[in-house]
Parts: sequence; C-alpha cells; structure tokens
Amino acid sequence: MKVIKIDKNIWAGGIDSLRSGYRLFGPVMQGDAHEYKELTSDETPDMAYTNTRLSPKSVVFPQSEPMFTYSLDENNPEHHILKDAPKDYSPRAVIGMRPCDAKALSLVRMNFDTEEYRDPFWMNSYDATTFVGLACDSPCETCFCTSAGCGPYHEEGFDVLLSDCGDAYEAKALTEKGEKLLAAAGWTAEGDASVFEPKKAEAEAKIVCKVESSNLRGKNSLDLYDAPFWKELSFACINCGTCTYACPTCWCFDIQDENKGTEGVRMRNWDSCMTSLFTLHGSGHNPRDQKHQRFRQRFMHKLKYFVDKYDKGLMCVGCGRCVQQCPANIDIRTICNKMNGYEAAS
Amino acid sequence: MQNPYVPYPVRIDAIDVATEDKSLKTFRFSFLDPEDEKKFNYQAGQFAELSVPGQGEIPIGIASSPTEKGFLMFTVFKTGKVTNWLHEMQPGDIMGIRGPLGKGYPWDTLVGKNILIVGGGFAFTTLRSSIKMILEPENRSKFGTLDVVYGARTPGMLLYTDELTAWEKRDDIHMHITVDGTDDPAWNYHTGFVPALTEKVAPAASDDTYAIVCGPPVMIKFTLPVLEKLGYSHDHIIMSLENRMKCGIGMCGRCNIGTERVCMDGPVFTLAEINLTPSEF
Repeated sequence: MKVIKIDKNIWAGGIDSLRSGYRLFGPVMQGDAHEYKELTSDETPDMAYTNTRLSPKSVVFPQSEPMFTYSLDENNPEHHILKDAPKDYSPRAVIGMRPCDAKALSLVRMNFDTEEYRDPFWMNSYDATTFVGLACDSPCETCFCTSAGCGPYHEEGFDVLLSDCGDAYEAKALTEKGEKLLAAAGWTAEGDASVFEPKKAEAEAKIVCKVESSNLRGKNSLDLYDAPFWKELSFACINCGTCTYACPTCWCFDIQDENKGTEGVRMRNWDSCMTSLFTLHGSGHNPRDQKHQRFRQRFMHKLKYFVDKYDKGLMCVGCGRCVQQCPANIDIRTICNKMNGYEAAS
Repeated sequence: MQNPYVPYPVRIDAIDVATEDKSLKTFRFSFLDPEDEKKFNYQAGQFAELSVPGQGEIPIGIASSPTEKGFLMFTVFKTGKVTNWLHEMQPGDIMGIRGPLGKGYPWDTLVGKNILIVGGGFAFTTLRSSIKMILEPENRSKFGTLDVVYGARTPGMLLYTDELTAWEKRDDIHMHITVDGTDDPAWNYHTGFVPALTEKVAPAASDDTYAIVCGPPVMIKFTLPVLEKLGYSHDHIIMSLENRMKCGIGMCGRCNIGTERVCMDGPVFTLAEINLTPSEF
C-alpha cells in the first residue's frame, strides 16, 4: 500500500490538476453549515470542516434524479416509450469525505447491487466515483462510529485516505483508482506510513460515546417488534423525516412521472418511511398508519432487520447527524441501547 | 445486465368491463416487439408493473396464464392516479409492462398435490391464472383434486363469469361460488361468506393438500382459523400479499415486512413464513 506525502502548499495545485479528469465534489460552506457539492472551477474543498449537515450520499444517489424521458405527443413515432435520461457517468471524485459516510455507501451498496438485479443509476455513479477520505482527528461529541462498526480512520469504501499532519497530508492509496487519482494530481512524494497507527489510536480515544449492539443479532425479531417501549420512545417524534434525509444509510426512494406539455421525465426521489403515504395501500388500508409503527420500522430496519439479513452489523455508522438534527431530540443511541438490553417477559 | 426499470413496450388490444359497478376492467396487452414475449417468462402468481408514461407505475398480479400465448391479461381496480388514467385508455394505446416480478405460487411443491383455492373479490386474478394453467390438458394430470371457493359481494361483482360457468361444467374441478347476498331469484349457487363455505366444502387436510388463499384482509382473517380448524398446517397454507410497492425489485424500501420484501421474497408466502414476520400487511 502506497503512502504519499502532499505538502499543503501543493494541495490546491493538485486539486486544479484533477479538474480536467474528474468532476470534483467536496465540502464547502453553504450558509451556516458545510455541504457537499460539485465544486466550481474556483472552489477548493474546505478541509477544515467537522461534518456536513447532509451526507455525500447524494453524489451517488441524488435527492431527485431523472431515470427516463418520454414523449406524450402521438405524432412522435416513439411516443409513450421510455428513453434513457441523459447521464454523466464520467469520472468524478469526492474529496475530503468522512469514513462514516464511505462505510455507509458500502452498506447501501448491498441494497442496490444484488444477485437478481443491479440498480444501474446507483451503481454507475458509484463506479464512476473515486472516494478520497479525510480521517477525523477531531470528532463531534455526537459521533459514535467506533461502536457502530466504523471509526475515524476506517478505510472501507475509500480509494484514498488522507490524514492531516499539519503542514502536509499523508495520503494512503487503498485502491488502483486511488493511485490513479494521486498520480493525476501530481502528488508523488513518498510519505510516511507510520503516522497512521498512532493517529488512529489517538482519534479513536477521543470518541467517548458508545452504543451497545452486541446482543441485537441474537434477539428474537418479533420480541423486539412487540416490545412495550415503542410508543413511549416515539412520543416526541413528529415524523418530519429529517433523520431519513440526513442519514447516510437511508436509501428509500419513490418513482414519479413529471410532465411538462407533451414531454415528461420519470424521476426517482428520496422518500421517507416516516410518512404514512409511504405504505398506504390502494384500498385505503395502511399497515403503518400510526406514528409509532413508522418509528419502529425505521429503527428495527437499521438495528435489527438489516443486521439479520446481511450479518454485516448495524445499518448505522455512528455519524451522529440524526442525533444532532432531530427537532424532538430523539437519539438513536438511546434506542439502540434499549433494544440491545431488552429481555422479553417469558 | 439489463436496466431493470425499463418496461417492455406494449399495446392495449382489448379492454373489458369486468364487474357490474365498472370499478374493474380487464386489459389485454400484446408486446410491440414479439421477441419481448419470450423474455417475459412468467409463472402463475407473479406480478408486473403496469407502466403508463406520464402517470406512473402500478404493481398488478398477472391474470393470464403462462400457457396462454400472444397476450398478457390484467384486471385492474380503479382506485388511484394510474388506475384512473388506465381505465380511460383505449385499445391501441401504447404503454409499458415491467416484469415478471416476485415469486409465483410454489409450483414445484404443488405438483402431485390436491389444491384448494380460496379467493375473494378482485384478488381472484392470479388465482384465475393458476386455475387456467392447471386445467390445461398437458397440466391437469400433474395435480390431484382441484377445489375452488370464490366469493364476491354480488353476482355482478364476480370476475371472469364466462370461465366460471365453463369450469362449473367440468368434472376435474370443483367450483364453490358464493356471494354475500343477492335478490336474484335465478342465482343457484351459494350465498354467504367465503370462510363459512370453505369450512363446508374444503377437502380434508393432509400432507398432500395445499390451500392457496388470496383475498381482502377480512376474508383472510376469518378463513385462516377455518383452515387451521380443518387441520391444514401453516406450511400448507399459501398466501399472496399486496403491500404498496414502487420499484418491484427489492430496492425502494417500502414493501417490507421485517426482513422480507413482499416484492422480491414474496408476494407469495406460506403462513408459516408469515408467522415469523411482524405482520405489517
């Protein structure tokens, strides 16, 4: 594994060199918070950020994305036939992504890349992207990644991992894609691989917040489902869906046709299990018409159904966004601990 | 790999009003490219997304039998945006069909077995597909006895009445048709609800007898205890679920009951399988 040292005085120049071969995405200040966006030619990623309000999942899975176009004009010989929407799957790179967000994409990939079907929109975007991570030396107080199968120096899902060493970055190339990007930026100086382990240990030690999840796999799913605490835990929830949009591992979507005159686009849009429309049947029947049912679905999916289905741990990477942003102060850490410790009355 | 969101282009060949209240219509489609029909290789019990560009997509059980060639048939209840639009469409109109999707009834298991089909209302569509398939001369001998309990609110709400009449006359299928009530003096079948009739006419439970149950929640609610009382074991009771869906291929995240996705792992489940899930359907 190659380690490259990038002096900060050649950082901006390297980013500029990348622009000709990659569409670049990175964290920039937008109003009062950092967000990931596609960088304009005069923008560089702001590497001093702690975390963004929304995760960079939108680079791979846009909030709203055209799937197909069609014509409703019957004079058009191909009317009512879906055509591929124009797409740009040229190489792109996310610069300065946090380890939790990269791990999240690896988890979400299991949903979109299956034996039976491969979601071409998600996969083409993912495959076109080189993920350049920035290790977290100063985690937020809501971070609990180390007990959610992740960590401030976690490498899963990255092509390159950067560690900020003051006046330089040490860059660990983790894949061929990553080596290619470092070369394209003109960053070639040999680095020092030995900085990673001690910095990793130091960063991990700063994450004091933990969740307990070791018992979840062994719990009976129906016992947890029927546990008496769901109504109480969901009492404050206003089903706003903020947690689902902010969450890097939430992937649910809706498909809608949008028409303008005789032309139209079939779109896919982020959706949320927090709304009752999400599961409303054509008959009017709704299996999750009550708030606590939707709340339970979200946490059972992340902390139990996913755990059981894939045996790859939680569908949560401990980024803490939902904890920070929930207007009702609902805290996934409390819920995870409660589920983990629950013993059904026999 | 082919983009699984792309429907096959189809043309509407025929539209028939299926019930007296006109809330259900039966659509026959043919593929614009005949090669697509070969790719659309389905089993009774599967569903497909009817895709109307400009309106959206809806998951509907396939009512034609895989043994019927040259067309696909769906019977659609008028209820939402897409189905309201569909009911106004005309023969000759172009749209799309995406599928086949989900798992059909477990035909490998059902071969050689006696089959009891219990259906209610407009859930009879995939059951019609199944009956039609079993009754084909090349298939009939592969199965044991075939009993069908089918109920609707009124005689005019029964689907596929011409076929029901024809099946009535055969001796290799036992039809038990009922309506909730009618003042038609010419009605000479049963009246009353499906569960009560099932209790009277169902074949004896055995290792070699399976029940396929498909209908509205209230019918299922009262039919399952009847089958249990008759001795049908939970892995011999087969059901088809109908959760709200969008993608139909296990990705959009809304049709799950616990770890099971109704679109991919179902829509057909045994009661034994459903008992392991939170029954969110």
